[in-house]
Amino acid sequence: MSLSTLFKIVQPVSVTSTRSQEKSFLDPLKSNSNSFLGSTSKIRSISSKSTFPSLVRRSSSISAVSDVVKEKKLKSNSAISNLLITKEEGLVLYEDMVLGRAFEDMCAQMYYRGKMFGFVHLYNGQEAVSTGFIKLLKKEDSVCSTYRDHVHALSKGVPAREVMSELFGKATGCCRGQGGSMHMFSKEHNLLGGFAFIGEGIPVATGAAFTSRYKREVLKQADCDYVTCAFFGDGTCNNGQFFECLNMAALWKLPIIFIVENNLWAIGMSHLRSTSDPGIWKKGPAFGMPGIHVDGMDVLKVREVAKEAIDRARRGEGPTLIECETYRLRGHSLADPDELRDPEEKAKYGARDPIKALKKYMFENNLVTEVELKAVEKKIDELIEDAVEFAEASPHPERSQLLENVFADPKGFGIGPDGRYRCEDPKFTQGTAHV
Amino acid sequence: MATLSQGFGAALSSTCLDSKRFEVSSLKSSLPIQPGRKGGRVFAIRSDSRDNSLGSSNSKPRSSPKLVTNAVATKNEAASSKPGHELLLFEALREGLEEEMDRDATVCVVGEDVGHYGGSYKVTKGLATKFGDLRVLDTPIAENSFTGMAIGAAMTGLRPIIEGMNMGFLLLAFNQISNNCGMLHYTSGGQFKIPVVIRGPGGVGRQLGAEHSQRLESYFQSIPGIQMVACSTPYNAKGLMKAAIRSENPVILFEHVLLYNLKETIPDEEYICSLEEAEMVRPGEHITILTYSRMRYHVMQAAKTLVNKGYDPEVIDIRSLKPFDLYTIGNSIKKTHRVLIVEECMRTGGIGASLTAAINENFHDYLDAPVICLSSQDVPTPYAGTLEEFTIVQPAQIVAAVEKLCQ
Repeated sequence: MSLSTLFKIVQPVSVTSTRSQEKSFLDPLKSNSNSFLGSTSKIRSISSKSTFPSLVRRSSSISAVSDVVKEKKLKSNSAISNLLITKEEGLVLYEDMVLGRAFEDMCAQMYYRGKMFGFVHLYNGQEAVSTGFIKLLKKEDSVCSTYRDHVHALSKGVPAREVMSELFGKATGCCRGQGGSMHMFSKEHNLLGGFAFIGEGIPVATGAAFTSRYKREVLKQADCDYVTCAFFGDGTCNNGQFFECLNMAALWKLPIIFIVENNLWAIGMSHLRSTSDPGIWKKGPAFGMPGIHVDGMDVLKVREVAKEAIDRARRGEGPTLIECETYRLRGHSLADPDELRDPEEKAKYGARDPIKALKKYMFENNLVTEVELKAVEKKIDELIEDAVEFAEASPHPERSQLLENVFADPKGFGIGPDGRYRCEDPKFTQGTAHV
Repeated sequence: MATLSQGFGAALSSTCLDSKRFEVSSLKSSLPIQPGRKGGRVFAIRSDSRDNSLGSSNSKPRSSPKLVTNAVATKNEAASSKPGHELLLFEALREGLEEEMDRDATVCVVGEDVGHYGGSYKVTKGLATKFGDLRVLDTPIAENSFTGMAIGAAMTGLRPIIEGMNMGFLLLAFNQISNNCGMLHYTSGGQFKIPVVIRGPGGVGRQLGAEHSQRLESYFQSIPGIQMVACSTPYNAKGLMKAAIRSENPVILFEHVLLYNLKETIPDEEYICSLEEAEMVRPGEHITILTYSRMRYHVMQAAKTLVNKGYDPEVIDIRSLKPFDLYTIGNSIKKTHRVLIVEECMRTGGIGASLTAAINENFHDYLDAPVICLSSQDVPTPYAGTLEEFTIVQPAQIVAAVEKLCQ
């Protein structure tokens, strides 16, 4: 490769040039974007709105997205329909959201019945985010999740059977029973995991996006336009790795979308009690990337901003930060008594159930009939039943599995006193070797 | 990592080792160990400890007045006709890296100042010019995140080498190294591989202060799914670097700040070392001395004295810190029945502690005396030169310990 090319490519994006390409995104940097602190004439004052951000709740509206959606509608005036989705698309979204919801409800049942153990974090209420983004992705695109990862796995196409079986700790699980609820992986579907600690998945996702660029520019795979979606919560956005990765992704224009599922609560810590400026989306422009705030209870709005961000990443124009305002309708995990959150708050968001909202939209626009949706629900019910039966009937992992997968190359277990590699010991394959 | 290590200067300007003495020990590394053992090994590689023409350069130090021929138990093998080339340890690392980057376009380097600056110890010097900025990626100072990023890149098909500008900085990346490097292959049910190499300078340098003088092997050793090797000569530095890059497992390669300027003649033809094998440095009969990294040279200095006193110690550079090469170690113990471990690692929970346990578990019946382990004191490495010296093991202590063990 030519050296000069590479040097040129690695140049950080200048803020101005980035902005010019993002007219349709909300751009909160109004002025002074090019001046360094030393050259500004006055020090900007800290927002005087309120000393108690918790009193104002979320200070910014979600108008930015409405604008996006409105603009979209205007643009498509010439088309036959003003609708944001076709019937087929609507059914796909509906099915995926119902799948996510039904799967999680079944998990709760199975957990209380003692079929699964450990920490199980359910996604109820946040389906619009997973569905809104992941249903737009190609199989080769990567998804990186957190400990609340079942539904991301399902949206990405990992069969419900395999996810349920993993939760049951069975050998047929998507990770052979070695991962569990918080560690769902699928190489086939480019699900990079289930990361159980806060923030650690973001750099991994950034790495996948780096590979995408590397393949295109170093390995000369010109058609490699794969993008990575990194999902994480509001609590994560106060962690250093979030900021570090925003910086690196913007610096190197990596094809990644940082998706904040802001459900307002980090276990029992209110977002408003932990974050100096609750507008997470505002941190995007600070790193030279667009920051978007979207109603995460509305799959269609999520989908609109997702489309734009994914296309932007595919075009090689770099990352986007999207804050989806959502809510989890259950506790942090099934072990959480959920006594802290205000019942009024829960009721308010409960009334905005994203599945019902999509249903309403489709009915109002005569996209589907009740019968069609019932058919979807029935299909999902059967799928979930089948997943449970499959998991139930699947075998527990054998002892022989114990020592497999510790090392990709089992020579990593080393040489024993007898001079042979330990992995050559017949007991090794039975899982009974002492290693 | 506010402070960048000043070690660059230290490495380039000073070596505490006499390069001539060093060459002696490297000659010894060419002695065969346990011939025949590796016949059926999977590594299609010749082990450095065999067939090697390493000593090849006859012109070299045999005539040096400083050479302590007594310490060399066996005569040098007849020199091969291959001339080899002489280089410093950091250049050997770079040569290995460059060869692998030439061979495989998915091999890339990430780290602080690895690109334009060439690495704080110049291991990656010139590589950015040759391979471009994406393959030799200068990262912001964000260890946890660039390590995680390299892991994500490894999961999706690349083979990154992560340089810790100073090994101690990688404490900031401990979560990624432990949870993702070490465990992710397992938790994913074997679906994702993490073929990364994590490498960088560590060890007690010359008055670098506590934070820059750490031996991280003690922290990393209990992480499942990770292999650890320590290089000590230009020959094994290159061979281990290449092996680590080719390994499908995550490998941590420990380098030592005070060894970068060691000089040795290494073969011109390609070679690779095994990540799981120890290196016989000096065969002997009376006692087995197990060591690695820089302490190898303290041991060899002590061996000189010991030989003069009539002892015949066997010195093994264990090289593979995880897993241990229990075959080489065991064979030696079966011969000498006495073990002294000399390490720079911490006394509590260090490599020596694990090695002692492994020896007691596996070779207790062969021991005529309890294993003695000489480690660093359990103190933050002091800045003052005198105190620093007291912190780590000195050759005189090694001599005393051997005399005690062989009473």
